[in-house]
Amino acid sequence: MSRWILRGGRLLDPATETDEVCDLLIDEGRVAARGRDLEAGDTREIDAAGRWVCPGFVDLHTHLREPGQEYKEDIATGGRAAAAGGFTAVACMANTQPVNDDPATTDFIIDRAEHDSPVRVYPVAAATRGLEGKVMTEMSALVAAGAVAFSDDGKTIMDTGVMRRVLEYSRLVNVPVITHAEDRTLVSGGVVNEGEVSTRLGLPGNPALAEEVLIVRDLALAEFTGAHLHVAHVSTRGGVTAIRAAKERGVHVTAEVAPHHLALTDLEVLEFDTNAKVAPPLRSAADRDACRAALCDGTIDAIATDHAPHALHEKELDFREAPPGMIGFETAVAVVLDLVRCGEIAPLELVRRLSTQPARILARPGGSLEVGAVADVTLVDPERSWLYDPAKGYSKSQNSPWAGCTLTGRPTHTFVDGRLVYDVERGILT
Amino acid sequence: MIGRDLLGIEDLEREEIERILETAEHMREVGRRDVKKVPTLRGRTVINLFFEASTRTRASFEIAGKRLSADVVNFSPSGSSLKKSESIFDTAKTLDAMDADAVVVRHGVAGVPKRIADLLEAPVINAGDGAHEHPTQALLDCFTVLQRKGRIDGLTVTIVGDILHSRVARSNVHAFRKLGAEVRVAAPPTMLPTRVEETLGVKAFTSLREALDGADVVMALRIQSERLEGAFFPSVREYSATFGIDRAKLSYAKEDAIVMHPGPINRGVELSHDVADHRPSVILDQVRNGVALRMAVLYLFAGRDPHGSVAGPGGSA
Repeated sequence: MSRWILRGGRLLDPATETDEVCDLLIDEGRVAARGRDLEAGDTREIDAAGRWVCPGFVDLHTHLREPGQEYKEDIATGGRAAAAGGFTAVACMANTQPVNDDPATTDFIIDRAEHDSPVRVYPVAAATRGLEGKVMTEMSALVAAGAVAFSDDGKTIMDTGVMRRVLEYSRLVNVPVITHAEDRTLVSGGVVNEGEVSTRLGLPGNPALAEEVLIVRDLALAEFTGAHLHVAHVSTRGGVTAIRAAKERGVHVTAEVAPHHLALTDLEVLEFDTNAKVAPPLRSAADRDACRAALCDGTIDAIATDHAPHALHEKELDFREAPPGMIGFETAVAVVLDLVRCGEIAPLELVRRLSTQPARILARPGGSLEVGAVADVTLVDPERSWLYDPAKGYSKSQNSPWAGCTLTGRPTHTFVDGRLVYDVERGILT
Repeated sequence: MIGRDLLGIEDLEREEIERILETAEHMREVGRRDVKKVPTLRGRTVINLFFEASTRTRASFEIAGKRLSADVVNFSPSGSSLKKSESIFDTAKTLDAMDADAVVVRHGVAGVPKRIADLLEAPVINAGDGAHEHPTQALLDCFTVLQRKGRIDGLTVTIVGDILHSRVARSNVHAFRKLGAEVRVAAPPTMLPTRVEETLGVKAFTSLREALDGADVVMALRIQSERLEGAFFPSVREYSATFGIDRAKLSYAKEDAIVMHPGPINRGVELSHDVADHRPSVILDQVRNGVALRMAVLYLFAGRDPHGSVAGPGGSA
């Protein structure tokens, strides 16, 4: 296994509260040394001056579409896109075909990832069989097979009694239950945020209330059961407020926010661009600002892309029929760097939310550049300006609202297990 | 001065609306002739692309096109292909290949005419998209009010009914406001869109009596049949008792107020028989004016030569 020295970068390691310019030595898949002017010896060297050297980013929420919807994405292409986005590990949701509600499917995903993906892939198993919200899955068998969390994601469990049992039972296996908090009876066919934009465009509105009501319900259930609830892609001010209050009460809750909810508002849909259709929908500026503030103050623990590839022919349907979701791996870092540029968050804190905290939520290795830690490492050039063209990206799909935009900040190197898997100049290295 | 497409009233300037209304006044004369036809759009093809069932609006556009001597083709993607499988892009490309001079689009989802317009060379006229806009309806409503009242500036227009799901309401709000009227909307709270006052610049009422007080124009909206029972109000009986317009409720408005409805009417729900069928109802004027107004729209939007200027009137008034 090769040795690498990353020379003179800005080492941002939340696990050791480090933010300083120094070298980092990678050897035998581990962080071997850090410090100034490390002896080179027989190593390959990267000039990291002006770059951030971070523990590899961990994405809690992605859709890799394999098995079953390989025309949108597969584990190989999704894994490559993740590596190009600076992610060294991704958790993939269970809404595949077949649904990942059975250890055999979990096995398949893990096996496929080992062969095909340059980054680590952590399957999230369904919380209920077939994502039907009725009968819970075999949690201990699924965890034994490698599932890291349980979620019915977009098929929100609407039966409160079932959700209670799922949370209670999850304590047996000690992994988080992830809730996509939207009350379907309140969503009621809504496709854009209910507010001035829905009123102007005459598109059915999906109210912030739909998210708030379900977050409040699930927080109450988490408090009652003592289980670990993880709230996916928080998008509303009310949701943030409820989570903040629950954390103050000591409820075992963690939360994530997606880059698009930090950066965009429902004004994106004024031209009826279906690439701006996502669930939960892009919200008002007040909601977006509340999410930004909550990420910065720690109420929201992690950034997760909700990378959701859809084929061109699906996004070319009308706004009601087009499926919700956008791809996010390759744009995420540039988009969230805006928080640093606006002075809202320190670089070390941003890295904590991209790496250390998501790794801890899933209780997986990574998220640390301590000597001896596994060498999942991402280098970021925070100033690098580039034109994003999804057709030239690694994902099979192109459904991004940032298509054609010039972005600032880009991962330049991604190491997984001490192996360089992505270099911005050379692409994916296999 | 007039843009390439007519997608919504929200995009129009007051001068553009006035130009269309003036042109409609000329077109009205054609409808009164023995031979109701002028050669203005001879050799031009207008495609009526109706993804959503419509008889009245489609017929109105068809008659308007034919009176201008255009070749009018009705294209209604039927059952299977209309559903989820056919992309807007494919439909648009198909039409482009047929060299249409104008495409009139109706679709049940907001934004489809706009997305088709983005893809087509030919001008696109929105004949109603979801709950978004129905610009020709609003223009013919303004035309009708202008005829009856001689002005729109300073009038009070009250729109009553399912504002939330109504493209007629949205387009009329924009049109009447741009022409200087005060617009009010009245509905059960469940049928008022979120933040309607700030967003659309109207006054919203849940009391019909207050909404009609001092109104010059009373416009009732059709309640779609799928909403007649259940989700948004308890029963037809309760709706017609609270928001249905009859002689007694009409007396809250100005003495010379006129009553409008985009049709088709659910009789006894939105309007009582005596209000629907007698003065001050102008409902049949609306239908009649619809043809003249759509002639004006086709003339202004489909009548351009390839360099973009409007063709000569060619025998019209």
